[in-house]
Amino acid sequence: MRPLYLHGVSTLVLDPEKCLGCGSCLPVCPHQILYLANGRIACSERDACMECGACAMNCPVGAVAVEAGVGCAAAVLASAFRRGESGCC
Amino acid sequence: MGRAPRVGSELSLGDRLHGCKVRWGWGRYDYTVVPGLYALGRPDAGSPVLVTANYKLSFDALRRELKGHNLWLLSLDTNGINVWCAAGKRTFGSETLARAVRSSELAKLVKHRTLILPQLGAPGVSAHLVKRLTGFTVVWGPLRSADLPAFLAAGGRARPAMRRVEFPLRQRAALAPMELMPALKYALPLAALMVAGSWLLAAGGRWGPGLFMAGALLWAAVSGAVAGPLLLPWLPGRAFSAKGLGLGMLAAAIYLAVWPAPPLPAWAAFFLILAVCSFLVMNFTGSSTYTSLSGVRKEMRRYMPWQALGAALALGLWFWALAG
Ligand code: SF4
Ligand code: SF4
Repeated sequence: MRPLYLHGVSTLVLDPEKCLGCGSCLPVCPHQILYLANGRIACSERDACMECGACAMNCPVGAVAVEAGVGCAAAVLASAFRRGESGCC
Repeated sequence: MGRAPRVGSELSLGDRLHGCKVRWGWGRYDYTVVPGLYALGRPDAGSPVLVTANYKLSFDALRRELKGHNLWLLSLDTNGINVWCAAGKRTFGSETLARAVRSSELAKLVKHRTLILPQLGAPGVSAHLVKRLTGFTVVWGPLRSADLPAFLAAGGRARPAMRRVEFPLRQRAALAPMELMPALKYALPLAALMVAGSWLLAAGGRWGPGLFMAGALLWAAVSGAVAGPLLLPWLPGRAFSAKGLGLGMLAAAIYLAVWPAPPLPAWAAFFLILAVCSFLVMNFTGSSTYTSLSGVRKEMRRYMPWQALGAALALGLWFWALAG
């Protein structure tokens, strides 16, 4: 059973045209939702993406992009009140 | 081979006690290992190099899991913060790693050109950049250090299950105290204020109404911060705030069954428990392993006005009950 978060919110964008099929982004995804379909990048379950940014960080050609961040309400609140540090990280 | 300090794989009682303290949230951010290269066992020029943060708990976990192995541990200076959080801040990052590789003169110490990194460090480290900066190839280790022995035994290959993050009951239970402590920090003084306030407002020095609301607040804090994490996968809805609402209804029903009250204070307690539970479970997003920033922003926009309304309604009804 894979826990899914809100539907359709992830900012993950894949560009199969750019993809070299090198596979560098596959092992780093903590939810293992990236795979190669005919040698090009694809995603099996976007609602499981936590926007950690590991895939984008490890793609040498920028074929994966995501607005990386930490899904932490306390951090969002803290930044709203301009207090940098917070409970999560 | 004498330059790197050797560390044992047995943890002392002091290590363990400190581990408990750190886990319970005291001094969690200033418990560090001196960054640099360490020898575990008797490593030689062919031994694997494992990279880690200088967070004492991660470092100790590695030492314990890798008992009996001979290898190099390269601890990066992440200010004593764990790999995952440090990767988000880029202190566990490509440049930090490159600097540590250079300053430890690793290239002279080992013949191979491979670094084993924790998978959870990947949001901060770009393998191709590390290769360019240092000449070393990054191999992503398993997500959990407990899988390291199996990973090393398999020649540096991780089974798919070793790459997938989970959020099992055991882990959620370990996080619950860290949710409860800050919740009580706010709830206890507020509860005391409620008792004192109602004693003053409801002339005649009655303790009952104040104790009833203060009890509801503390019950909500414990429900949201402890039962929330424990019951997480079984609470309905995807948004954590929604899960908290469901939990709040259950908690309120239990509270009112145990402590029956007239309609006005009963409704006040009901809305208070709902609002607090929803807020606290929403706060658990930061400790969960699968929430995204976009999702958290969305649910906060959607649910926080309702949480605020619930709290306001609760206070309004309660004052009304006190006045009446
Ligand atoms: S951002 Fe993280 S969770 Fe999302 S696809 Fe990339 S690696 Fe996976
Ligand atoms: S790292 Fe980039 S180029 Fe390589 S497989 Fe992934 S998306 Fe394609």
